[in-house]
Amino acid sequence: MYGNDFAEAGGAGCCESTAGGTLLEQVEAAERELRSASERRVSGDNRLQGYFDAVIEADQKIEPRDWMPEEYRRGLIRQIAQHAHSEIIGMQPEGNWISRAPSLKRKAILLAKVQDEAGHGLYLYAAAETLGISREELVGMLLNGRQKYSSIFNYPTLTWADVGAVGWLVDGAAIVNQVPLCRCSYGPYARAMIRICKEESFHQRQGYEILYTLAQGTDSQKAMAQDAINRWWYPSLAMFGPPDSDSTHSERSMAWKIKRFSNDGLRQRFVDMCVQQASVLGLELPDPELRWNAERGHYDYTEPDYDELMQVIKGNGPCNRQRMEHRRRAHEEGAWVREAAAAYAAKRAARVPEVAA
Amino acid sequence: MTQPLWEVFVRPRRGLAHTHVGSLHAPDAELALRNARDLYTRRQEGVSLWVVPATAITASSPDEKDSFFDPAADKVYRHPTFYDVPEGAGHI
Repeated sequence: MYGNDFAEAGGAGCCESTAGGTLLEQVEAAERELRSASERRVSGDNRLQGYFDAVIEADQKIEPRDWMPEEYRRGLIRQIAQHAHSEIIGMQPEGNWISRAPSLKRKAILLAKVQDEAGHGLYLYAAAETLGISREELVGMLLNGRQKYSSIFNYPTLTWADVGAVGWLVDGAAIVNQVPLCRCSYGPYARAMIRICKEESFHQRQGYEILYTLAQGTDSQKAMAQDAINRWWYPSLAMFGPPDSDSTHSERSMAWKIKRFSNDGLRQRFVDMCVQQASVLGLELPDPELRWNAERGHYDYTEPDYDELMQVIKGNGPCNRQRMEHRRRAHEEGAWVREAAAAYAAKRAARVPEVAA
Repeated sequence: MTQPLWEVFVRPRRGLAHTHVGSLHAPDAELALRNARDLYTRRQEGVSLWVVPATAITASSPDEKDSFFDPAADKVYRHPTFYDVPEGAGHI
């Protein structure tokens, strides 16, 4: 899971050029492109900036030991780290329901999903480390608040239906944000994203299934599902970040092929997908202004409250303090495990018999 | 306290080679293997795992890739397509 609300927004340009098809098909297309681009020969200056530019131009991937501009390195570390932090913090709102899942099946599924989030955090920390920063520094920056995580996780999961809404809307928004990252110019990040997107697809579908099941149930179950959608809809829209008109345009991030679409372009794509999916659920998206605009070929919708988004990013959301306190406590309480494992490894290493020369 | 970095290789199915899938931190080889199982094979992605201390890997330098790999560039005779096969020769 991941939002875009802390990243620099991209420049103009939108989604017309992307491959169609389901999200999984788009991920697979990105994977195929990664392979076919790697077969093209990169011509051009073999030195430093010239070579870097030629690789980007050819849609090939920059790899860890290649020369890269310092800004490219720093920007990527920040983006990948914040993405990793989001996965780690993102375990909390759903973990909240593991002990109270309504059946053994739902509990097993939810455990697997939360475990996936931890896995995604670890793939991403590993990708960030290839840029020359240590795991300790990365974890430290989350714990001391110097780096942010996606603001969406500062909202509470009040009912079981929230687990469904988080899967459908939050993971759905995350996937729309992430699929373009499968084509990011930095190899380790692109590869991690391909893996993550394939796994996220299960997350989104399990959420959708939870809501569908509730929507077919009793009146109060259906009302619970609707209530969850009402609360998660606008925060999910805010995951795409501030509107293009307000955002710091990062032409460079686009030129370097780290980011490929603007916040508003991705948000529109998400809205267009959700309208149809909501109608299958028989539930409503809480926006009276939502209607098809034949001229634009998209749905018109009400923007999320960006002042609220800024407040949540600043630390004033409903659960910011709780999330950070929980994360710090878990880190501190796990210290003895890390220390014991290290002591055990050191003891065993000392005991290994010398190999005869 | 920094735990060593391990590179992880997975053999997806019998008959295929181990492929690099990513890396992780672990205090020793045994835990690295267990962590690799939980991190990289949650969906039956493999039938065999290798973990290798990252420090044990010696890599070629990207700065020298030209002088390092170029000697192979002018040896087209190493490819079967270099040779003309006379008309009528079968099974070659």
